[in-house]
Amino acid sequence: MSNLPPNPYNSIPGPPQMNAYGGPQMNHNQPPLGQPNYSGLKADANSNSPVHAPVTLRQDNAQYGQHQSVNNYNQSSNSSPAFNRPGAVPISSALPPSMLPPMKNNPMPSSASHFPNSIIPPNVPLSTSSPKPVSNVNTSSPYPPSFIPPGRQINDNAPPLIPSSQSLHQPVMNGPSGPPAMPGPPSSMPSQYPPSSRAFSPPGVIPPTSAIFGPPGQVNSMYGPPQPGLKQGNAPLTGPPTPVQRSSPVVTGPPPNVQRPVGVAPPVTSAARPIGVNGGSSFASIPQVSQPNLGLMGPKTNIPPVGPNPSLGPPLNGPPGPTMQPGASPSRPLVPPSNPLVSGPPTGPQSLPPMGPPPGISRGPVQSSQTGLPSGPTMGPPSYASMGPSVPPIGHPPMNPAMPPGPQGLQGPPGLQSGPVGLQSGPTGLQSGPTMGPQSLPPMGNQMPAPGAPMTNQPMSNMQPRYPPMPQSNYNQGQVQPPRPYPQQYNTHGVTQQMGNLSVTKQGFDQLWGHQNVDLLQTRHILPEYPEDLPEIRLGQQFADAPNCSPDVFRCTVNRIPETNNLLQKSRLPLGILIHPFKDLNHLPVIQCASIVRCRACRTYINPFVYFLDSKRWKCNLCFRVNDLPEEFQYDPVTKSYGDPSRRPEIKSATIEFIAPAEYMLRPPQPAVYLFLMDVSQLARESGYLEVFCKTLKNCLDQLPGDARTQVGFICFDAHVHYYLMSDDATRPKEMTVLDIDDVFLPSPESLLVNLQERRELVNELLNVLPRRHAAPAAPASALGAALQAAYKLMAPTGGRITVFQTCLPNVGPGALQPREDPNARSSKEVAHLNPATDFYKRLALDCSGAQVAVDLFLLNSQYADLATLSGMSKFSAGTVYHIPLFNAARAWQADQLKRMLNRYLTRKIGFEAVMRVRCTRGITIHTFHGNFFVRSTDLLSLPNVSPDAGFGMQLAIEESLTDLQQVCFQAALLYTSSKGERRIRVHTLALPIASTLPDVLHSADQQCIIGLLSKMAVDRCASASMSEAKEAIMNVAIDVLSAHRLAQNLPAGAAGSALHAPASLRLLPLYLLALLKRVAFRTGTSTRLDDRVADMCGMKTSPLSQLLRRVYPDLYPVLELSEEDEPPRLQLTAERINSTGAYLLDDGDTLILYICHGASPAYLSDTFGVTSFNQLPDESRSLPVLDSPGNQVLHAFIERLNDDRPYPANMLVLRDNSPSRMLFTERLVDDRVESAFSYYEFLQHIKSQVK
Amino acid sequence: MAFSFPAFSYIIALIVDAFLIFFSIFHVIAFDELKTDYKNPIDQCNSLNPLVLPEYLLHLIINILFLLSGEWFSLIINIPLIIYHIHRYRTRPVMSGPGLYDPTSIMNADVLTVCQREGWIKLAFYLLSFFLYLYGMIVVLIAA
Repeated sequence: MSNLPPNPYNSIPGPPQMNAYGGPQMNHNQPPLGQPNYSGLKADANSNSPVHAPVTLRQDNAQYGQHQSVNNYNQSSNSSPAFNRPGAVPISSALPPSMLPPMKNNPMPSSASHFPNSIIPPNVPLSTSSPKPVSNVNTSSPYPPSFIPPGRQINDNAPPLIPSSQSLHQPVMNGPSGPPAMPGPPSSMPSQYPPSSRAFSPPGVIPPTSAIFGPPGQVNSMYGPPQPGLKQGNAPLTGPPTPVQRSSPVVTGPPPNVQRPVGVAPPVTSAARPIGVNGGSSFASIPQVSQPNLGLMGPKTNIPPVGPNPSLGPPLNGPPGPTMQPGASPSRPLVPPSNPLVSGPPTGPQSLPPMGPPPGISRGPVQSSQTGLPSGPTMGPPSYASMGPSVPPIGHPPMNPAMPPGPQGLQGPPGLQSGPVGLQSGPTGLQSGPTMGPQSLPPMGNQMPAPGAPMTNQPMSNMQPRYPPMPQSNYNQGQVQPPRPYPQQYNTHGVTQQMGNLSVTKQGFDQLWGHQNVDLLQTRHILPEYPEDLPEIRLGQQFADAPNCSPDVFRCTVNRIPETNNLLQKSRLPLGILIHPFKDLNHLPVIQCASIVRCRACRTYINPFVYFLDSKRWKCNLCFRVNDLPEEFQYDPVTKSYGDPSRRPEIKSATIEFIAPAEYMLRPPQPAVYLFLMDVSQLARESGYLEVFCKTLKNCLDQLPGDARTQVGFICFDAHVHYYLMSDDATRPKEMTVLDIDDVFLPSPESLLVNLQERRELVNELLNVLPRRHAAPAAPASALGAALQAAYKLMAPTGGRITVFQTCLPNVGPGALQPREDPNARSSKEVAHLNPATDFYKRLALDCSGAQVAVDLFLLNSQYADLATLSGMSKFSAGTVYHIPLFNAARAWQADQLKRMLNRYLTRKIGFEAVMRVRCTRGITIHTFHGNFFVRSTDLLSLPNVSPDAGFGMQLAIEESLTDLQQVCFQAALLYTSSKGERRIRVHTLALPIASTLPDVLHSADQQCIIGLLSKMAVDRCASASMSEAKEAIMNVAIDVLSAHRLAQNLPAGAAGSALHAPASLRLLPLYLLALLKRVAFRTGTSTRLDDRVADMCGMKTSPLSQLLRRVYPDLYPVLELSEEDEPPRLQLTAERINSTGAYLLDDGDTLILYICHGASPAYLSDTFGVTSFNQLPDESRSLPVLDSPGNQVLHAFIERLNDDRPYPANMLVLRDNSPSRMLFTERLVDDRVESAFSYYEFLQHIKSQVK
Repeated sequence: MAFSFPAFSYIIALIVDAFLIFFSIFHVIAFDELKTDYKNPIDQCNSLNPLVLPEYLLHLIINILFLLSGEWFSLIINIPLIIYHIHRYRTRPVMSGPGLYDPTSIMNADVLTVCQREGWIKLAFYLLSFFLYLYGMIVVLIAA
């Protein structure tokens, strides 16, 4: 094999890598020993392919090592052979092994994180804990470390909520929760307990949880499926002795860290403490907290860190406390136990008074329970007593039956949250000690009522490993010191107790488990100042370290799939996935091999989540069929060794690209063919776009993705169709006009579409001449339909891309349309004409789709052009709609915008004749697709072209119960022809764990993804029903979800009083929903042109999530005090955040609006804009002056950073706060009241009044 | 005397109903094929759409016969279906040709389910009404 090529490839990126990886790569290419064999080997199912070329692995350097990944990062830009880039890529295209270009560069350097494997940082899950944990730990405080490891999962959850900075809240939380809980709980506990648990679990909570946990336990799953669980379980079991257990839990990895924190505690305890630490980092934290609130903070901090400290913190504490209290009381017990557990150990009392109390508290109850319990059960009881409350419930039930109590006990701690579970389990718990059972249970019960119950599942998973040790330690400790600590704490936290300690405690635990609640009404600034980490996906132990697909590529609305449709319905959440399959990636492993390993039954590609039964067989993770593993799959290209199939790139990366052998081709890969269809009617000539387009295209001709076969063609149309012949012998392009538009014909197809390289001169000449040729006034008629038919005829034999520029309503010939919009009804409540007036364009698109032709539309209209109808040509042919309303090239900024758009459009990567299939684990089916494509069968999308800027959404339905599964997987496989004429398959695999309880589902929701999916669903609803129904549906989402949450919390009706609780994972949902309602697409009451509305809808259907979110809820930054290093915080979109002396930058994806208030200091103005006073600023400026001053440069640098992650740079708009057009800015402050639309607070009130 | 207009109506209705049964069987099979990926939605719609209006017309014809012959019971039984047909055709997607089915929306799980269910229900209805017509015919003949 031409191994060498790789080197060149590598070389480009960077020498270092070369060295390091050079070896391996080489190997890959030449699977020395193996390859020959391989080639010879039976190809297996896949291997039908005639091509038996030796198996060549192309990998990006990065795959195997972090170093690599890093390098790749850098390289990406250079090396990426990006398909698009004609020149750049050496071209792996060459099928032969020689090609190294494993990596495809994506233009976008920014997104380095794609590969889970390669890049640790992005995917938390991959790396155990090392990187993140550390950071977190530091920030959060002592316990964090302990937590971190065990719980990266936990941590993840935590981070989103609040930034670490908020220590205050945390302490408070801790304090109160711990102490108060203790006192109250005992008596009341029992009663509450049962009820709560029943309410919750009755349906399935207990049994399910136990079942779940018991065996493999979902929780266990987190760390490992049942099997793993067993192991762990054993460990803990054996562990019953505190030390052992501790160790086991510790195992996860965090231990060291944990210990440190623990270490603080006294020696004796130390043993226990460590456990405590491990078991529940949270616990550990608590004790610490007690000292200080910090401990509490720790946990909370984890969660909160992301969120705005002030806002979240207070609200959390306050609201939960009061509201919760009634129900929360149970929670308290939980807390105390936790404290005891953690602090319980000697250290707690000794070192810190606060600590002592918590333990004491816990002890108190514990002891009682314990005492009640015979020593025999030690393990069991301990868990209950101390840990018991929290952990036991969960762990016990499952554990008891199957396993020795010990392990469960351990889990128990995690159980805190599980409190509810505990209740359930409680009975089971009894097993350990009859006496104990009852006693312990009551506490549990108390806890249960609180949110904790819902938590159980998650907590379990996280906690289990850690906790086990804890309980024991606690137990012991608890016995020893039960009483004292309690009182102490009590005194200390008297105030907090009043607050509703129980609830606080519960909160602390909830946070640990990632089940925090937020009182929306009390949280004034709910938007996190800095983007939060996405909720982490925690898979079972077996796959805990498996690389999952990047959330930029593949996202699900919930990170834990409800196990039954019933549960999904209860949660009222939309279930769906968003996928951005052709996103530009920085590190993409590319593999070429003779046979691609796929499941024989369902044709799933082998992926990181398959089960290897032995070295010869693997079990499909979608259909569970057992398949043979081809021998060559055991060859590891990196080490040149045989044996471990798990080292293959297919197993190490959830996103991978194969170079497809011949059996994946229905015909030889098509060349890149581009046809440009230009409107030259009167309006088009007035707009002057043609000049801009021709210039831009001329500049981009060299960068058009394609190879030597690339063809281009041009057709203009007004009342007639103008062809441009560029034949061999001609020295100048010849224009031929066809007058008959009702029955178009092609004059001489071979000279209409010409090879770009051969006729380069002619093409250049034509682009020079065209604008002048169509400068004179013409008839105001546009025969778009006829031109499209001609274009289709021209393209049908090869396939390719048609680019249509349209500036007015097509009004003659086939496909002629009538103006439908009533300008007087632009602000009416009901919006009509959102559906196409004719199916001409749709049918044409379907024809195009069948011929592998995509139609992209640039609508540059200055008057109504019926985009609702015209967009059909792009919608069903997998094209894209670009819209610049009121375009006039005389406005430099619009010309500039078009130029940037075109630059990106013309030079970005492109995939031809593509199909995408999305496979789901058995039991889940795809219900509806969203995006631009044609659905060819239930899971197959036909995409004549696929672009890196196209996103797709799919609604899912759960058709069978998933109860017996560990996880659910989705695999999207995109088969396409690169512009180099290579057939490639890009495969993305996403795995998600299962949730069995309502709270788990709600707390694992991904609010951003939900908004993405909802916006698509709402657009559909507008078309199928009406605008008002769509808006109603959007509002109902918030109401339904929060109602479900109330149900999940088991709050009695009316108990919440003045609070509106939302799971932390969904706290931004109302904010986003309100913003969505005020989007151009859905707003009513404000004058909105129909085409703008439809264009916005088209955008929602096809934008990738990151862009969509920015459109829905723009980012607002204060830019008065920008610095090079720090990103400014994001502000909520309300006028109350706008200071009259400030300057703000609002980024909605398409436009960056710089808004300068009149009070801005002259120093700032001169530094940034070069003017001495506010009045010298222009009313409205479309550019930011470039000055030599630091302020100006910092601002430019910041804007550049913002522009980095979007396809093309956004427009710039500078406004003064007294400009006539300041509405452009103020109308985007979507939290404020606008005529006929709620403000955020009103919206919350409305929701609250509806929530049942 | 035995052969009256009502009897004629029923005989025609029986024959037409047999055709309708075939139509609905075809309909059910077609959607099943769609669901199992055997057919391309464009082809399937092209074969289904031309049959929609003929089916509606056939159904309308027998009801006109019932109306003329004064067979009110049979007519009343069929009126809901007539109304459904009219409603269905009025709310069809925008399309230039005759027919109901749009290849771009037919693969939507909701639409697919509705169409499939509609096929089964119609099949059952036509089968039942077949026996009803048979019974009606006999009654009419005997009465005569």
